[in-house]
Amino acid sequence: MIVFLQQLINGLSVGAVYALIALGYTMVYGILRFINFAHSDIFMVGAFCGFYCSRMDAGRTLAGGLLVMAVAMAVCALLGIIIERLAYRPLRGSSNLAVLITAIGVSLFLENAGQLVFGADPKPFPALFPERNFTSHSGLTISSNQLLVFVVTAALLVALQWIVMRTKMGTAMRAVSFNHQAAALMGINVDRVISFTFGLGSALAAAGGILYSLNYPSIDPYMGVLPGLKAFVAAVLGGIGNIPGAALGGVLLGLIETFVKGGKYSTYSDAIAFGVLILILLFRPAGLLGKFQVEKV
Amino acid sequence: MMMRKNEKTAGRRLWPLAGLLCALLAAGCNKSGHTPPGVGEIKVGEFASLTGKEATFGQMSHHGTELAMDELNARGGVLGRKLQLLTEDDQSKQGESKTIARKLISRDGVIALLGEVASGRSLEAAPVCQECKIPQISPSSTNPKVTEIGDYIFRICFTDPQQGRVLARFAQNTLKARRVAVLTDAGTPYSVGLATYFKAAFTANGGVIAAEEKYTSGDKDFRAQLTAIKAAGPDALFVPGYYTEAGLIARQARELGLQAPLFGGDGWESGELPAIGGEAVEGARFSTHFSPEEKRPDVEKFVRDFQARYGTTPDAMAALGYDSAMILADAIQRAGTTEGPNVRDALAATRHFSGITGDITMDAHRNASKPLVILQVKGGMFHMVEKINAD
Repeated sequence: MIVFLQQLINGLSVGAVYALIALGYTMVYGILRFINFAHSDIFMVGAFCGFYCSRMDAGRTLAGGLLVMAVAMAVCALLGIIIERLAYRPLRGSSNLAVLITAIGVSLFLENAGQLVFGADPKPFPALFPERNFTSHSGLTISSNQLLVFVVTAALLVALQWIVMRTKMGTAMRAVSFNHQAAALMGINVDRVISFTFGLGSALAAAGGILYSLNYPSIDPYMGVLPGLKAFVAAVLGGIGNIPGAALGGVLLGLIETFVKGGKYSTYSDAIAFGVLILILLFRPAGLLGKFQVEKV
Repeated sequence: MMMRKNEKTAGRRLWPLAGLLCALLAAGCNKSGHTPPGVGEIKVGEFASLTGKEATFGQMSHHGTELAMDELNARGGVLGRKLQLLTEDDQSKQGESKTIARKLISRDGVIALLGEVASGRSLEAAPVCQECKIPQISPSSTNPKVTEIGDYIFRICFTDPQQGRVLARFAQNTLKARRVAVLTDAGTPYSVGLATYFKAAFTANGGVIAAEEKYTSGDKDFRAQLTAIKAAGPDALFVPGYYTEAGLIARQARELGLQAPLFGGDGWESGELPAIGGEAVEGARFSTHFSPEEKRPDVEKFVRDFQARYGTTPDAMAALGYDSAMILADAIQRAGTTEGPNVRDALAATRHFSGITGDITMDAHRNASKPLVILQVKGGMFHMVEKINAD
């Protein structure tokens, strides 16, 4: 029973990380109907920002750590906006496939530029926050970093839902998502809304990168590839474009993976996780929380 | 008219390129060395993981080889000719080494190949060397399959069966462990091999494998496997993998309250291990080929020279990289020629070569039998605690 509960905690903590990255994927998709494959590399840039910023902050204080995280989020938001301006905006209105391929190109560009700038060897990520382990009488443990991931993921989930559903900018985002041209005719500055969406998504990726690196403190320019892929799968699983769906998908994927790894068939964990994905999509093609939309002609 | 002419010149310009492509892709063995044998510098090829996941291994090994080459050249080279080292980076990627080996042999005309650290990549290049009758010396690939590829493939380090047996004895005699849990990297031949030999030797001596879990290189989260291991209550945890994962595993094991002593093989030796593992790897022990703390005059000189040139203390990979070049030079000297078959015979006849990593004798299977050292992490540094003879 203890083992089961411990695995449940492990799985939730892995899932929370996936969920956090998936939020960014799903938000950009929800607004622009386009999968930003460079998201997982902005995640990597965020982690490296944290790595370099942490040198300026010697003490492991909560405030210092949050400051480092804020700086990384700001840098990545800017990077996201620049990428959108240079790579995606010129292609607006062209076929979805062209934009998708550009996104893959941007992703490769960031990975290789990362190798050039940061070096290819894995670097140890410093502890940004004071660390502690919490152990119950029965031996269940959870680290402060794992808890931090839960808290931040939950907070960002709520904040994002609030921004998209309750604010003026969110209304504009949804309007753009509904119809670019009609939104523009209603006086919405479409360019600004899209820039904002990218900035927000990239800031989320940076937060994810830092929290991920705190839990798994070894970073390299290719660190985003696998978690990015998993998070993308989580977003699809939950229904891409749906914010609570991304969180649900992430947690579900993390749990499946952990329980398989803890059992006899640990090396098949990815195969089983992706098998479940295929099964779910066979029965619910729009994902768990996604609504299946019939396109009207 | 103009167009036709242009087309023709363009076609002619493309021919050498196409020829080059064919030469690179051809499966056959085309040794078109630019210099005729017996004249000019002796070209020695090296392929190493200078970037990527195992970059610290590759760079250390490369530095050692480079140092040896310069020392040899300062002494006047071999057979009155200077040595030239041609190094290629395989980026720690599976699938690059074969192309690199073919390129070094076919295009650059190297007379021997040094490399690699990782068994998986040595295994990729070995069939090419065997086919071309070019001797390959792996400085530190410990998987037994490497030298089984053919009689042109050598190694100057111990093998995983030897290392597994020594670690089994170490677990029983030094750690006094009866129940050991094993956490294997199912993605690398090195880790799978070492785990297998360890288990065979450990259970043959009456030990029990309390739990066996697997991961894949590149994984970052091991809490699931470690939770299962903790539930089995082992006396010690054996992690036959590489340093990045070992550091993360140590951290997560301690976070989960798994206090059993940790030990591993030579894949652990890198400054990154304490950098990633921090407090959690303190006290952990692993077997390796060499310790710079050994008190032998040639070791002390090597450590001094290495520090003066690269600013860091050499590790086992550096020492093995150095020895691989030295043993090749010794064989060329004894062969009296750089022809592949003659150098091969001379390498196979190596007896009691006094290397930095110990006394090296090639056995019938082209493996070196040598003693192992056990290092322990103390204060973020590695210290020698034991020296164990292989079998």
